[in-house]
Amino acid sequence: MSDPMQEIMASFFIECEELHESLVDALQLLADGESDIETINVAFRAVHSIKGGAGAFGLDALVDFAHQFETVMDACRSGTLSIDTPLNELFLRCSDMLSDLIRCSRDGEDVDAATSTGLIAELSGYVPSEDEGEVEEIEFQPMVLDLGELGPGSDALPMDLPPLDLPSLDDSDETEAPELGPSDKARLAVEFRAEGELYESGNEPLFLIKALADLGRCETKLTLDPPKSIDDLNTLGSRLSWNIVVETDMPPTAVHEIFEFAEGLCKLNVVAIPGSAAALTKDVSTEVPVEAAESSAPAPAEAQSSNTPDAPAAAPAPASKPEEPAPIPKPAAAKAPEKAATTPPKTSPTVRVDLERIERLVNLVGELVINQAMLSQSIAEENIPPNSPVSAGLDEFMQLTRNIQESVMMIRAQPVKSLFQRMSRIVRESSAAVDKTVKLVTDGENTEIDKTAIERLADPLTHMIRNAVDHGLEDAETRIAQGKSKQGEIKLRAAHKSGRVLIEVSDDGAGINREKVKSKAMEKGLIPDEAILSDSEIDQLLFLPGFSTATEVSNLSGRGVGMDVVKTQITSLGGRVTIESTPGAGTTFAISLPLTLAVLDGMVITVAQETLVIPLNAIVETLSLSVDDLKPVAGGQSVLCVREQFVPVLDLGVELGYREEAPMQDGTIALLISPEEGVLVALLVDTIEDQRQVVIKGMQESYGRVPGVAAATILGDGQIALILDPNDLVQNATGDDLVITQKKAS
Amino acid sequence: MSELKDAQTSDSASSTQTEYLSFRIGDSEYSVEIMSVREIRGWTRTTSLPHAPHFVRGVINLRGTVLPVVDLALRLGLDASEPEERNVIIVVDVGTRVMGLRVDAVSDILAFSDDQLQPPPDMTSKSRFVRALTILDDRMVRILDLAAVLPSNEEIAA
Repeated sequence: MSDPMQEIMASFFIECEELHESLVDALQLLADGESDIETINVAFRAVHSIKGGAGAFGLDALVDFAHQFETVMDACRSGTLSIDTPLNELFLRCSDMLSDLIRCSRDGEDVDAATSTGLIAELSGYVPSEDEGEVEEIEFQPMVLDLGELGPGSDALPMDLPPLDLPSLDDSDETEAPELGPSDKARLAVEFRAEGELYESGNEPLFLIKALADLGRCETKLTLDPPKSIDDLNTLGSRLSWNIVVETDMPPTAVHEIFEFAEGLCKLNVVAIPGSAAALTKDVSTEVPVEAAESSAPAPAEAQSSNTPDAPAAAPAPASKPEEPAPIPKPAAAKAPEKAATTPPKTSPTVRVDLERIERLVNLVGELVINQAMLSQSIAEENIPPNSPVSAGLDEFMQLTRNIQESVMMIRAQPVKSLFQRMSRIVRESSAAVDKTVKLVTDGENTEIDKTAIERLADPLTHMIRNAVDHGLEDAETRIAQGKSKQGEIKLRAAHKSGRVLIEVSDDGAGINREKVKSKAMEKGLIPDEAILSDSEIDQLLFLPGFSTATEVSNLSGRGVGMDVVKTQITSLGGRVTIESTPGAGTTFAISLPLTLAVLDGMVITVAQETLVIPLNAIVETLSLSVDDLKPVAGGQSVLCVREQFVPVLDLGVELGYREEAPMQDGTIALLISPEEGVLVALLVDTIEDQRQVVIKGMQESYGRVPGVAAATILGDGQIALILDPNDLVQNATGDDLVITQKKAS
Repeated sequence: MSELKDAQTSDSASSTQTEYLSFRIGDSEYSVEIMSVREIRGWTRTTSLPHAPHFVRGVINLRGTVLPVVDLALRLGLDASEPEERNVIIVVDVGTRVMGLRVDAVSDILAFSDDQLQPPPDMTSKSRFVRALTILDDRMVRILDLAAVLPSNEEIAA
């Protein structure tokens, strides 16, 4: 149905995102000074792969940019260019640009050509001799392979082999052959023989060999086994094998990494040939590294050993090199430990799955949970003794359901890393816009949260980070005057905390200027002039719509559409935002989110014969009341005295319109909830039925938003119960009970 | 699929008739286009929604999804009646929305061609729910405009 090219493109762009992620990772390591040789290689490979893919789709802007980017990185890789802070910053900006280019190519948008050209110019400032490099890495030179080894049986081949288009594996391949002799570099002998399945699964040896060429100079020898007899002839089988000697400092695992997807489909044998720089000083020549910028990994010792340009003449085509040094099994111990340290941490194999399938699975598991609840309810109704096999089996079933459910939710969970990476870009851009130097410190990048939450957190977090950069941090002079370091610091932290995910954005800036906030709020008429507010109440004012303390609207923030939107977005995810601020020391915004968005622990209650669910985490305390506990204040409003604190009371039944206001009876239950930090509200309900996990069913799509209701769920008897959003309920309370709501209304 | 389409087009080409599901509310007969009917199910208790318009009976569990149910009698301003076991819920699909309509009973499937239908006389805004009228065996059949019957977003928010 759909265009296959479109599908391939789509998966290319997904790959690009992943590659870009690893690029940013590597660059971050470089910036933190925690890099090793492998780090720059990882970055280089990421850009290179993006370039390769982009080339295949004719995305020229992307290719050009990636090419220039990788050229400079390659120079760093080979050691001709050392990475200093400005270069690293350039790299980071380039990586942002690269991500923009990828996005533009994907969405067919216009590219910001000026920035791209500017960055390319900056990059080429680092590597002047660009022209040579330009062509060779992109263009492939067709080359006819010398298939001289075809035996007498070769006429039994199904057809003439067309000339294979092999890329010139490295520029050096055709221009000179001296490196064919034993060189001073460490080398890897790779023996690779494709089995039939390799081709069946769509792998292409050419690409694998090309990837090998990225590791270093390659000598490639192709062997074709003639079928022994006509019976032996299997047209589907493969008779090609390659012997490749790669000149590289990389450990054999690097080769295995390249062949990762082909492993098991081919015979692969990788043997390291020890580098012989010290031993070979006289008789063997090596190429003087003129093209050092392009050659991938010169050993440090290379410079001295490049002496006699002796150049034993060799056949131009590397395909038939008989004097191939036999692979010498290298005692692995010699270099292995050192190399092992440089290889990137092993990532476990992953499967890419359509989100829709996962959604379906999640829904099915939701059904399972409901079904299980129905089953336990009907078993309870049958009065089956709890020690009967049925009950025992049901218990086990419940356990299993819970496990399955948790596992399914885990599938949806993703580390917040990608989100944090995006934020580091926001920090870079916004700090540049307001001319501050800001360092972003992240912690807990591997904390996993629901994928939807990650997506929907991007906007609020961006806002918060921009706010922190613009308002939170002081400018350099002020900071120095305060005895702080010139560079501001923003901390982004994620952690799991008692069944919720906590994300904190903190800055080490001036803290909230509460006087200013308060006067601003009065000026804007958000609070009455004579209001006396506690510190935390003043902090809460930041979340009011239309509030902004910035006297001048900057590019970044100050338009007053900020924190209230942040709060709404977080609340719609079932989360809460809190502020903590110390004058002179900084401000911390903490977002707390439920672990999953699909299931929650709820308390099942009844009010006026309706069954409702209240999220357990919203409930602070439950109380059983007697008539005397409620003290009327005025206008039908009552308060409850809990440990010498007066708590406003809302009758849930009245609030939801299920019943008329009626005098309270003994045994009514009050649920204490805390919509804001330090504020308590009591909700009156009739009975508490149960406490259990419920599956969240959205109502937005089918009906629309109902005030005070977060979602719905299906109970054991198949009935729908509404899940309340106590905070929303209180905010929209008919009686204006809360200080905050009053302020809002005025 | 394509076969089905062909059959439909050839059908409508020969007769240009559209089928309607007719049902009863009180003593009146109403109908909706059959293509927008997803299924018909028996009455089950609804869970009422707070702050909902009065004609929204509440929501029911339709095989794991939340289905809002509109009481057509209330929506059309007819005499309200308490739901009984014999009532049915017609699940209709309008655009992207799926909703249930509570009616007294389903009666028939009727076929009319477009020229048999008459627009309702413009009298009150209440008649906006009725798209067309027609006479069948001395009975008047009202054809509903489903998009108007379902609660609009403003009505839900109010």
